[in-house]
Amino acid sequence: MLIELRGATKRFPTGTGGIHTVVRELSMSVDSGEFVAVVGPTGCGKSTTLSLVSGLEPASAGAVSVRGAPVTGIPDGIGYMFQTDAVLPWRSVLDNVATGPRYRGTGKREAREQARDWVARVGLAGFENYYPHQLSGGMRKRVALAQVLVTSPSIMLMDEPFSALDVQTRALMQGELLRLWEGTGAAVVFVTHDLDEAIALADKVVVMTAAPATVKAEFRIELDRPRDVEQLRITEEFLAIYRKVWSSLSEEVDKTRKMGDRK
Amino acid sequence: MTIETVQSEEFLTHSVRAAKRKRAVRVWGLRLTIIVVWLGSWELAATYWIDPFFYSKPSAIANRLYEWFTIGTDFGSIWANLLTTVEESVLGFFIGAVLGVLLGVILGRSTYLAEVLNPFIKAANAVPRIVLASLFIVWFGLGLGSKVATVVVLVFFAVFFNAFTGAREVERNLIDNARILGASRIAVLRTIVVPSATSWILSSLHIAFGFALIGAVVGEYAGAKSGMGFLIANAQGTFDTPGIYAGMIVITVVALLAEWLIGTAENRLLRWRPKVSGSAVSEL
Repeated sequence: MLIELRGATKRFPTGTGGIHTVVRELSMSVDSGEFVAVVGPTGCGKSTTLSLVSGLEPASAGAVSVRGAPVTGIPDGIGYMFQTDAVLPWRSVLDNVATGPRYRGTGKREAREQARDWVARVGLAGFENYYPHQLSGGMRKRVALAQVLVTSPSIMLMDEPFSALDVQTRALMQGELLRLWEGTGAAVVFVTHDLDEAIALADKVVVMTAAPATVKAEFRIELDRPRDVEQLRITEEFLAIYRKVWSSLSEEVDKTRKMGDRK
Repeated sequence: MTIETVQSEEFLTHSVRAAKRKRAVRVWGLRLTIIVVWLGSWELAATYWIDPFFYSKPSAIANRLYEWFTIGTDFGSIWANLLTTVEESVLGFFIGAVLGVLLGVILGRSTYLAEVLNPFIKAANAVPRIVLASLFIVWFGLGLGSKVATVVVLVFFAVFFNAFTGAREVERNLIDNARILGASRIAVLRTIVVPSATSWILSSLHIAFGFALIGAVVGEYAGAKSGMGFLIANAQGTFDTPGIYAGMIVITVVALLAEWLIGTAENRLLRWRPKVSGSAVSEL
C-alpha cells in the first residue's frame, strides 16, 4: 500500500477558543500507480486530506503513512498541485519549471535542460522565456503541472487544480493530465467537487461526507484506458456510473446546503 | 469596402497620434508657464516690494549657483562639498537598507520574535530620531561616521517596516509549493520571501533615499567641516539667503537623480510584473 490513512482526524483551534474538526476518522488507501479522485461537498475538508498526506499539516489523531512509514515531514517523491496559482510570478516559465530540480541540488544548466524537456511536453515550447502574467490561466496550469512532473513524483496530490478554468479549457487540461500521467506510473490523489471530472479521470472515486469529512463510500470506475475525456462523458457506461455515485454524493451536498441555510 | 476600412483605420491611428502630440505640447507649455509666472512674480516682487535681504530672488540665487560652480564656495569647491554629502547619504543608505531588509524579513517570518520585539520597535520608531544626530556627533566626532550613523537610523526604519510587511504578506501557497519541491528554510527565504517582498522593499527605497539626504544634511547642520548641510548652515549664519536656496536646489537635483536611478533599478527588478500598475505609478 503506497498511501494509507487510518482513522485520521484533523482539528484546528478556532479564533474564539473552540475546536473545529475538519476531518474525522478518515480511512482510505491508495495503491501505487492508482488514480484516486476524492469528491465531496464544497468546504468539507477534502484539501485537508491532501495536507495530511503531504506532511504540510500533521494529523491530530490517527495514522497517516506513505510507503509504510508514518508521515512526519514531507515524504520523498511527493508532487503537489495547488488550487490557486503557485507558480513564481518573478520567474520565467523555464525557471519556474527548473525550481524543483534546483532545490534538490541539480546544477543550473542540468535543471534547465530537464525543465526545457517538460515545458515542451506540456505543450509550452516557445514560451520558455515568458513570465506567468503573460500567460492564460490554462497555460499557467500547464506550467504548474510541468513544475510537479519534472521532479518525477511517485505520488501526485492535486487540489482542485482545474476548478478556476473555463469548461472547455478544463476538459482540455483533463485530457492533458491523463496523457502525461499515463507514462509515469505515479499514484494520483485528485480532489475535486466536480463529479464529472472525478469519474472521467479516476480508477477509484472516494465520496466524502459533509463536514467534518470522513469517507462515505468508494466506487471502482471500470472504464478502459486510455480515455478520451470528452467522448467518454456521453457514453451510457459513464452515465450509469455517474447516476450511482451521484445518488451517494447528493445526500451530502443536500446536508451541506441545509447547514449553510441554518447559518 | 475593405479599402475603406483600412483607410479609416489609418486615419484613426493618425488622429490618435496627433491628439497625443497636441496634448504633450499643451502639458509642457502649461508647465513652462507655471515656472515663468512663479519665478517672474518672485523676481518682480523682490525687486519692487519685498526685501530681497530676507526673501532673496531668483536672479541672485542663479548668481550664487554660478559663483559656486565656477569660482567655488567659501569652503572649497562645491564638488568636494557635494561629494561629502553624497558619500554620507549613499553609505548610510546602503547600510540602513541592508539592515532594514534583513531584520524586516527575519521578523516578518518569525511571529514569535516579532511579538517579543514589537513594543521595542514601536518605541524606537516613536523616538524623534533626528535628534540622535547631535548625540552621534558627540560619539563619533565631526567627520563621516556621525553623519552615516544618522542616515542609517533614518533609512533603517523606513525600509524595515516595508520589508516586514512584505515578508508577512507572502502567499502561503508559494511557500508550501516551494517546501514540497524540496526547498530548505534558507532557500524559502532567499527564493520566495525576499522576491515576494521586493516590490514592498523597492517602494520604500524611494522614500528612504530622501531620508538619507535629510539625515546627511541635518547631521552636517549639527556639526561638520564640509558638505551641503554645512554650506547651508553657514549661509544661515551669514544671512546669505541666496546661499540657502542654492544649497537647497543642489540637494534637490541630487535627490531627483537618485530617484531616477532607483526607479530604473526598480523597473529592471520588477520586469516580471504586468505593466499596467507600473506605468500608472511612473506617470506620477
